[in-house]
Formats: sequence, C-alpha cells, structure tokens
Amino acid sequence: MERIICLLVSVFIFIGCARKEQESGIVIWHWMTDREDVFVEFAKKYKQQTGVQVKFELYAPSEIYTQKIRAAAQTNTLPDIYGILGSKRDFASFIKSGHVENLTEQMELDGGKWKNSFFEKVVEANSFKPGNRFGIEPGIYGVGIDMMNIQMLYNKDLFKQAGLDPEKPPRTWTEFIEINRKLKKANIPGLVSGFGEIWLIECLANNFAFNIMGEKKVLDTYRGQVPYTDPDWMNVFELFDIMRKEEIIIKDSITMVNKSAEQLFSNNKAAFAFNGSWCINVYKGMNPSLNYAPMLVPKVSNKYPVRIWGGQGAYIVVNAKSSKKKQAIDFLKWLTAKEQQIILVQKTSNLPSNKEAISMIDPILREFSLGMNYITHPSMWNVEESPEVVEVFSKGIQSILIGEKTPQEVALEVQKIKLQKLKETK
Amino acid sequence: MSRIKDSITSFLFVVPALLMFIVFSVYPFLKVFQLSVFDWDGIARTMKFIGLNNFKNIFTLDNAFWISMRNAGFITFLALTFQNTLAFFLAHIVDSEIRGKNFYRTIFFLPPVLSGIVVGLIWNWIYNSDYGLLNKFLIWLGFSNLARAWLSDPQTALLSVSIIHMWKGFGWGFVIFLAGLQGIPRDLYEAARVDGASETQILTKITIPIMIPIFFLVSILTILGTMQIYDIIVSTTGGGPGFHTEVPITRIIASMLGSSRFGYACAQGIVFGLVLLFISLLQIKLSQNLRSE
Amino acid sequence: MKNSSTGNYLFSNLICIVVAISCVFPLIWMISSSLKTQQTVFSDMSIIPSNPQWQNYYIAWTKGNFGTYFFNSVFYTVVVVFGIILIASMSAYAISKLHFFGKNFIFILLISTMMIPIPGAFVALYVLLNKLGLVNTRIGYILCQINGGLALGIFILKTFFDKIPKELEDAARIDGCNKWQAYLHIALPLARPAIMVVAIFNVLAVWNEYLLAMLILSDKSLMPLQRGLMVFQGAHITQYPLLMAGITITTLPVVVIYLLMQRHIISGIIAGALKG
Repeated sequence: MERIICLLVSVFIFIGCARKEQESGIVIWHWMTDREDVFVEFAKKYKQQTGVQVKFELYAPSEIYTQKIRAAAQTNTLPDIYGILGSKRDFASFIKSGHVENLTEQMELDGGKWKNSFFEKVVEANSFKPGNRFGIEPGIYGVGIDMMNIQMLYNKDLFKQAGLDPEKPPRTWTEFIEINRKLKKANIPGLVSGFGEIWLIECLANNFAFNIMGEKKVLDTYRGQVPYTDPDWMNVFELFDIMRKEEIIIKDSITMVNKSAEQLFSNNKAAFAFNGSWCINVYKGMNPSLNYAPMLVPKVSNKYPVRIWGGQGAYIVVNAKSSKKKQAIDFLKWLTAKEQQIILVQKTSNLPSNKEAISMIDPILREFSLGMNYITHPSMWNVEESPEVVEVFSKGIQSILIGEKTPQEVALEVQKIKLQKLKETK
Repeated sequence: MSRIKDSITSFLFVVPALLMFIVFSVYPFLKVFQLSVFDWDGIARTMKFIGLNNFKNIFTLDNAFWISMRNAGFITFLALTFQNTLAFFLAHIVDSEIRGKNFYRTIFFLPPVLSGIVVGLIWNWIYNSDYGLLNKFLIWLGFSNLARAWLSDPQTALLSVSIIHMWKGFGWGFVIFLAGLQGIPRDLYEAARVDGASETQILTKITIPIMIPIFFLVSILTILGTMQIYDIIVSTTGGGPGFHTEVPITRIIASMLGSSRFGYACAQGIVFGLVLLFISLLQIKLSQNLRSE
Repeated sequence: MKNSSTGNYLFSNLICIVVAISCVFPLIWMISSSLKTQQTVFSDMSIIPSNPQWQNYYIAWTKGNFGTYFFNSVFYTVVVVFGIILIASMSAYAISKLHFFGKNFIFILLISTMMIPIPGAFVALYVLLNKLGLVNTRIGYILCQINGGLALGIFILKTFFDKIPKELEDAARIDGCNKWQAYLHIALPLARPAIMVVAIFNVLAVWNEYLLAMLILSDKSLMPLQRGLMVFQGAHITQYPLLMAGITITTLPVVVIYLLMQRHIISGIIAGALKG
C-alpha cells in the first residue's frame, strides 16, 4: 500500500515538474479570440515564406490579459510582441519603463514606406507628439492592426414596420425624437446598448458634447477651466433626461453588457443600437438576414460638427527588451501588409488599418468606413479627464436615465469630484 | 523533557501548513501592505511614497467604496437570514425521511456547480423587462403593475442581485448543514420521542443546540463569501445603475485596472480585509462564549 | 396532531419541489441550448430543439482542445484536493486535539488569509513564482492552489474535530496509539463528512479556477479546462451553442464526483455510528 503511494507521488512530482524547453521563434501574446484561427494561419504562412517560427498565444478575456501583461512587465518576462489594453497614459507608462521599442526609424525607412501604408489616424493614435504631456520622446511606438468607429445603428425592417422610410434615418435630434415617437406607437422598442459598460455612456455623451460646444471647450473642461455646471454641459445632461422622458432607451440597457445588447439588436428586438464596427461580425453570426445600417449620432447643434469615436482598433507593440526585435518588426511589417490585411477583413469583417486594403470590403463595412471622416478619440487629445471623474459622470448619466437624479444634481456631483481631483494634482 | 518532546511532535503536524503559508502567503501579503503606501500605476519602474495618503482618501473622499461596503453588507444580511434559513430548512427536511431524498441532495447542489456564465445568462433572461420570465409570470398572475426592469431599477437592482447570489449559494449551506445533521446519532431522537417530545421540541431542544458550532461555521463562511461577491455583479449589472450594485471587489478592480491606481487598490484591499477580519473574529469570540456556557 | 403533520409533510414536499425545479431549470436550458445553432439559440424557445446539433459536442471537444485540458484539470484537481486535505487535516487535528506552544496564535495566523482576502495579491504571487522559477510549471500552479485552500480547510476541519469527544481519543492513547495513529485511524474516519465537504469545496474551486492559470501558465499543454471554454467566448463574438456544449462537458464530471462523494458521507455516518 505504502509503496503504491510512493510510486504515485513520484509520478505526480515528475509530471508536475515538467517544463517545456523554450522554443526559438517569435512569441506574441494577444487577447483577440475571434482572430485566433486567422492568426494561426498567418503564422503557418509566414513560416512557409520565411522559415521564421511565430507563436501566437491567446489570453482571454481582456481583463485577464491586462493583468497578465502587467504582471509580466513587473518581472521583465514580456514576450516579443504584445498589446497594451489601457489608456494612452498606460501606454506611456509602459514606454517609460522600457518595455516598448521605438519604431519611428523603421516606420520612416525608404521615405516612410511602412508609415504611409497606414491610415493617418492609425499612426496618430500610436504616436507621441513633441511636447506631449507624458514626457515621452516623440515618435511612433505601436502598430495598428485594424480600425473601428462607434456609431448609432438602425434596423431597416423595424423602420418599415412602423411606416418609416428605411433609407431615411434621423439626422438631427428633432428627427430622432419624432421617429422614436412613431416607433413607440407601433410598439417597437427604441435604443439598446451595453450601457452597463459605462465607457459606452461616456462615448455617447462625449459625442453630444463635441457637437454642442466644440472640441476646445470640452478639452478645456478636462483642464479644469470650464465647470461641468456650464449651460452647454447641462444641455448634454438634459439630452439624456429627454431620452428618459420619451422612453427611447430600453430600460434594461442601463445595466446591460454590450454582448446582451448585441443579442437583442440582432434578433430584431430594438430599432436602434449604439455599437462599434466590430458588431458587423457579431450580427452576421447571430442573424445574417438582419437589415441594418449605421447613421452616426443625431446632430443636436449646427454650431459644431458631429463627432463619433473611432480610429485605431487593436494595436500591438514590440518589446524593447526582446532579443528578437529585428525579426519581430519584420513580422509586423508582413502582418500589416495589404495581402494579410485583406484576409483579416474577409475573415473578421473589420476595418483594415492598411489604406490599400480598403477597397476589398463588403457593403455594410463600407458604410461604416464612411464614418471615419467624423472621428475623434481620447488617444488623440492632448489632455485626458481623470478616470474617477469619468466614472461619476457616466454613472450620473445612468442615474438620469433611470429617473433617480436630475441633470442639475448630476452636474453638481461631477463638478464636485472634478474640483477634488484638481486639488489633488496640484 | 518528554513534555517538550511532546510539544515538538505535535508541532510537526502544523509544519507543512506553516511552510506553505510562509512561502506563498506572507510574501504577497507584505507586498500588498508595502504597495498600499505608494502611488503606483502597476506598470512604472518607480513609485512615489505617499505614506498613509491612500488610506486617508479611502476614509474621507471615497464615497463609492463605502457605498459598496454597505451594498455588500445588505446582500450579506439577506444571505445570513434568508439563504441560511432556507438551507437549514431544506437540510432538515432531507435529513428526515422524505421521498426522493437522494434526488434532492444532488439537485440542491446544482446551483453552486453551475458555471457563472450560465447563471448570468439565465438570470439576465429571467429579469429582462420585455421578455423576461419573471415579468411574464407576474403579468400572467395579473400583477402587471409590478413588472419592471429588475436589474436597472434603482429600487430593485440590489435585491435582484441578492436573490441570484442566494440561489447560487444556498447549496453550500445545505451540504454543510446536512453533514452536521447526519452526524447527530439517531438514538437521541428515538429516546426523545419515547419520552413523548414533539417534533418541534426535538428540533429546538436537541437538534439546534447541537448544531450551534455548525451555525457559526456557516455564518462565517456566508459572511466571507458574500462580502466578496463579484462574478454575479459583473455578469448582470456591472455595478449599476449608478453605484447601486457596486461591491468592494468591483471597486478594487476599478482602481487596479480602470484608473490604474495599484497602490490605492492595495489600500482598499487592506481596509476591506480588516473589516472582514474584525467581523470574523467577533463571530469566533461569540461562538466560543456560547460554547463555554 | 395528525392533520398538522400531513400538512407539514405536504408543505415540505412542495418547497422541495419548487426549489428543485429552480435548480434544474438552468441545467436543462444549458443542455438544450447546446443542441441549437448560433442563429436559433435565443430565438428558439423549445426545450428539445427539433434539429438537435449533437455535433456541437464533438466540435466543442476538438475546437476547445479539451483532450489535453481535461487531463490537466483532473490532474490539478486530484493533486490539489489531496494536498489540501492532507495538510489541512493534520493542522486542524493538532490545533483541535494536541498541545503545543503558540497554538492559538498559529491557528489565527493560518486562517487569517481566508479572512483578509486581498485581490491584487495575484500579481505579487506571480512575482514570487518568477523568483522561485516556478512560472509556467504545473507544480507552481498546484502549490499556489493548495495554499489557497488551506485556511478554509483548516477552519472547517477544526470545527468538526472539536466535536469528537475527548474520551475516544484518550481511549485510543491508553491502548497505545501514538499521535499519528490516533489521527489516521480515529479522527480522520470520524470526520469523513467534513472531509467530504472540504473536498467538494475545493474540487469545485480548482476545477473552475481560471485567473491564476492564465497568469501563471503559458504553455497550452499545461492549461486546465476553463482555458478551453474561453475559445468560444470571443472579445466580440460568443459562440453560444458551442460554449454551452463545452460547459456541459466541464460540469458533468463535477456532478458525478459529487454524486459519488455523497454516498460516502452516508457510509461514513453508518460506520461511525456502528463503531460508536
């Protein structure tokens, strides 16, 4: 009896101590589950073409990936290529800690051949400009794999059902309210979105804010020069109050995750959605016959242009401490070349980051790409609002949507915490 | 001499646990304590020492954190009362002779076994305002004025989440209570019945007193488990609407990953842990006092 | 008297049935969804789909690489649970029945980790494992998990050991048993229900563990089952039917283990009762 136990124990210890030998080749850590198959294909193809081994390792979901990257950064065990899921500030922090290779030189080679293959907005999102607020040496530090933008979508079939013209989505706020009233009469639910993920609330509110008061005033607010109790901001908060009064947003949306919202919209359970261009692939999978189109965000004011969030989607960086930097960069150049980008677009219906791949996209994707003319994004601004203020801001809007707080109350709350934060950073 | 030898051989029993503890618990523990007095984003090579500033902010400025504690406390209170009462009640029923005993024993343990993903999907469906099962049921009964968006309504969000937690959790209390009940010798009951005691008297005079240590065990486990609730919140309300369903763990994760304040998150973790420790020690002291009576 | 007891009987049965239905319902939904297609999983409300996609199970198994992951999960669960029960029961026995210097202090120390949960300790744990060279090894993952389950195990087992009357213990010692034999042959068998509870607690915890595995392990060949499930939960697309099939596959073993353990609790009681 005892001998059997000893045997078992030694077998277990043996298995337990098994350790894989480090393979040669480039290691890439990513979180994009939907692309794992394509990536594995790419790795095979690259090996055939160049003989270099590339290993994609998937760590999902993104919260876990974020923690793994940070843990690896702590111990200097980051792989050759990886992504940083976080704000521009986090990106800067990684660079300052010496984990990110400066790619400017490579990008500018041959008269900027690599750099110019990308859309301008993609390069901008990966760059740090001279005099940036993080004190980073100016340059390009990341490589964009795709682009995206976040817009309002509408269901053409449900429009028809309510007697509305499916080719005439609401362009202005007044039209938006009118159309929602007609939808209500036909018993069709209005807008669904994953507002439980508060960044979507921040996004929509920010879109309205840019349209109402213009970029400069919004950024000045972040700098602390304009209070959140300003009439223009009150206007923004009141929009959400109106949406509550008109019963435009489906109540469950307020605490829903985006995936549930996508479920509902693809099953024809809502006339409007607020979602990013990645939704194309999702809807295709859940309901290929869904008849829908993007429509930007309703224009509230004529003073300033309509803006939506968009630009670079996913991006990855090269580990400055890697011993295989040259091969990693060569691989990234190959990965973002026209041929591979086209395959990516075909397989996962995303907007490419490479300019030349844009012609090969399907109609709905093309409509989304038109929105790229209106984009802005926090990663492009030279100031950011502190996350704590954003949280109170977005959750305050949630409270407006459920009728718990008035726009005035929320504005005061947000301004209060803003003042606290300003005091702290002094 | 033999007393010392006796002490040492007894001590050997706890050496493996102590060894594991020293290696795998002490270091992370100390590290978290160390980080809590720094201002650090979790990435940078350098950190700024700020003394007890993080703790000061938690106690003076961080309303959301204390709201989250209160929310978790509310859910815990419900769990201690309703969930554990149900668990005990069911354990008592299954312990006595009832048809389908084995069947129930397995079924009641299904919710804890079920994946959090499935639990989230099912309950989101039940609570949905348009096509959810709960509203459909209420309308069918004629109470359509009670139908609402359970997870988005500020008045019902926390309660709705609590119900999910209790549903998923009662299975644990059930199993432990059942184990305890089945450890009570049947002849005690027989003797009491022969003496003419009613079932209720047996329950209150024999069963419950014997089960008191088990009650305390389940209470402590319930408090510790419920205060740390997280997955259910993330898959149903994300902490909303507003801060109505925020709980300490969602706040800590928000500090760690959302606003990249790792040092602050560590400080929050310590405050949270100390509150839990205090409550647990209180419970242990209470149980010891009751036992010595 | 008789009426109220039939009333009680009916009431008890009713409650049990209602609760039982609420417990089984998600399981039925899960299995039923696993047999539907991505397009119909939320629109088709039938319990038994008209066109059951049995191949979903095969696809889930292969696409999710369940073969390797299954072996790993079983390995980790067996080793970790065995380790926890062994080490925790030894400590709980000593703290409950034996005497040594600093007993109470050590008890509080060992269960303190259970009472001061520190989220964020994961990263520190990773740093520690890196220093010990245990990152991306099975043993690193296993040791972390054993340590994680000790506090609760010691706490539960000590409570049950306390209930064992001292006389049994003394009788054994008079018969010439040393401490180890008393622990092995008297205390452990009597505490079998408690051990089963600790076992099932930790079987579930280890089987469902995911965060630590993702942080510590890199090689696919070392990953547990939960990693396989992640394949169906994309950043944007969730393949619900396959995911449900995968979850069914991963839930089944735990239910089976629980069923098996249950019977041991009864036999443990009977054995204990006969001896006593």
